[in-house]
Amino acid sequence: MSITTPEPNQMAVPAHEVRTVVIKPSKGMGSLNLGDLWTYRELIGFMTWRDVIVRYKQTFLGVAWAILRPFLSMVVFTIFFGNLAQVPSDGIPYPIFSYTALLPWELFSKALSDASRSLVQNSNMITKIFFPRMILPLASVIAGLVDFAIAFVVLIGMMMYYHIAPTSNTIYLPLFILLALITSFGTGLWLSAANVAYRDVNYVLPFLTQMWMFITPIVYPTSMVPEQWQVIYSLNPMAGVVNGFRWALLGTEPPAQTLWISVGVAIILFISGLFYFKKMERQFADLV
Amino acid sequence: MADFAIRVENIGKRYQIGGTAVKYRTLRDSMSESFKKPFQHTERKDRESDFWALRGVSFDVKQGSVLGVIGRNGAGKSTLLKILARVTEPTEGSAHIKGRVGSLLEVGTGFHPELTGRENIYLNGAILGMHRGEITQKFDEIVAFAEVEQFIDTPVKRYSSGMYLRLAFAVAAHLEPEILVVDEVLAVGDAEFQRKCLGKMGDVARQGRTVMFVSHNMSAILRLTEESLVIQKGALVMRAPSAEAVSYYLTSGFSQEGQKYWLEEDVPADAAPFKPIAIRILNSACTVNETMRSTEKNFVEIEYDLAQPIAGLRVGLYLNTSLGEVVFTSFDTDEPQKFEQLATRPAGHYISRCTIPGDILNEGRYILGVNASSYRVKRYFQDEQALTFSVDSTGAPGKQWPEPRLGPVRPRLDWSIETV
Repeated sequence: MSITTPEPNQMAVPAHEVRTVVIKPSKGMGSLNLGDLWTYRELIGFMTWRDVIVRYKQTFLGVAWAILRPFLSMVVFTIFFGNLAQVPSDGIPYPIFSYTALLPWELFSKALSDASRSLVQNSNMITKIFFPRMILPLASVIAGLVDFAIAFVVLIGMMMYYHIAPTSNTIYLPLFILLALITSFGTGLWLSAANVAYRDVNYVLPFLTQMWMFITPIVYPTSMVPEQWQVIYSLNPMAGVVNGFRWALLGTEPPAQTLWISVGVAIILFISGLFYFKKMERQFADLV
Repeated sequence: MADFAIRVENIGKRYQIGGTAVKYRTLRDSMSESFKKPFQHTERKDRESDFWALRGVSFDVKQGSVLGVIGRNGAGKSTLLKILARVTEPTEGSAHIKGRVGSLLEVGTGFHPELTGRENIYLNGAILGMHRGEITQKFDEIVAFAEVEQFIDTPVKRYSSGMYLRLAFAVAAHLEPEILVVDEVLAVGDAEFQRKCLGKMGDVARQGRTVMFVSHNMSAILRLTEESLVIQKGALVMRAPSAEAVSYYLTSGFSQEGQKYWLEEDVPADAAPFKPIAIRILNSACTVNETMRSTEKNFVEIEYDLAQPIAGLRVGLYLNTSLGEVVFTSFDTDEPQKFEQLATRPAGHYISRCTIPGDILNEGRYILGVNASSYRVKRYFQDEQALTFSVDSTGAPGKQWPEPRLGPVRPRLDWSIETV
């Protein structure tokens, strides 16, 4: 659907912004129309807020789940990988080594799965009301930040317990959070749009996140990956994110040049996701 | 196009019908399809499974006017509104729309059951395109309109359906868009609330906003609109002053609705030897019609086969309002004399026809149920929701006052007024 805002020669209409919308079949790639997104910017906030407060409604433990999920994973990983399998952890106590990685990973995987299901779950809105559909996956991704912030408090506690002082590189942390968000949003755009037409996505998703977790250095350090595989390994943006987190917070090896490969892949995912989503968007109401 | 709020040019919408394969394609289907014709990207030819819900529709709406849209279910009215509301994209043609479109297509969309009334007002307002300031400013008005003051901080999942609906409508009604599109919201809610809704729509129109109003309620169309479109099988067949359009719509029995044929699978095996075929509503001119005019007599026909004679058979109707209240139950052998004559009904092909006299039913939606049984022996067949139909009360007693009359009946009664 394409919308054109005419030049201000039609300002005969009084009062506030009255714009003419032209509705016609869209052809080809069309434009991204991010202007609509701006018009509806408040809705992004409202949908995020909805996702946040609805998430733990009618649960017994409530928001504690935001902490329990990564924390319990950390305990299990520490027992099996840290103690039994003796996986090296770059000289850092294994619990904090894995928890530092689990933080961005939980952010990423939760955002990805919520975003991928967002369109189908809100199908009643899509078939009845116009609004930029991209808001749904976007709000799911942003809402993940709240859980992340809560789980982060535990990390601070753990760092005090293990007497690890944050490095000055901590100021770069937001950039790695952003990288995780862009990766999950880009992938989420692909999967949510595909999910409207192909419900196969629902079955692919758990498998995909599991595989993705294996190729991300969560339970093991990147240094375990052989030198000649490092370039291919960094094609996974989440590898860059996790290494960045460990570097910024725990002072491990600084990210290598391969970080830029991760960043590039994330941007490609994001931009291609935008276009794919836009291309599919016109059929959402008919297919969902 | 300075003074047009909506200009629609040659708009069309094509759907594919057929099996679920069309609706939910699997990845495999698409992949095999794209392997078959890898480089083809030409304009698609019409296939047999294609269905044009709307085609070649052009019209324009002047700013500040109220336009009615009437047509049977499935005529394409909702598709038209969905295109105008930008929910779905047309397959061809274009529409120019000046200003914000507020749609009351389905009120309450985006309401989240876990959120409170207050939270949902903000959320729903934002979904409908209102700004936070606007919502805050109108908040009290919305709450008062919906009459939910006491429950404003209760999750809406605890609301009664009436409260839920009122709140949903209230938010949508306070959107104040340049163009308001209303689809059949008046079919629900109690009479008092319906009156409020109609009043609100009238206000909107008086403020110089443009309203498109889709309804099966012909009195509401007549009261609120000056002009109406009649849509039939996806095409615009008439645009005329509402009185003319309504009368065209009511008299032309152009639809397949107003009757139902039972398919093999609808009929349980234990119905034999009774085999229901169809039920239909006929108007006074004996054409099948989904809408009864309350002032005229109408007929309900039940067509059926008897494979074997049945002793003591009675075939009859339940008439219920759309809210589920029973209006009456009546059987074809209610007359003792008829019952004696047909003590055993021979095998054969039958039509039982019931005459519904004029000036009995009030306007509204009704549901007809069918029952074929032998009292205390066996119930052969029952379909409690065989057919729904509307009653239009144009010309009924008391229509000089534009107020809804409560109750399912609207009899023409004799009154005498005497001075004593």
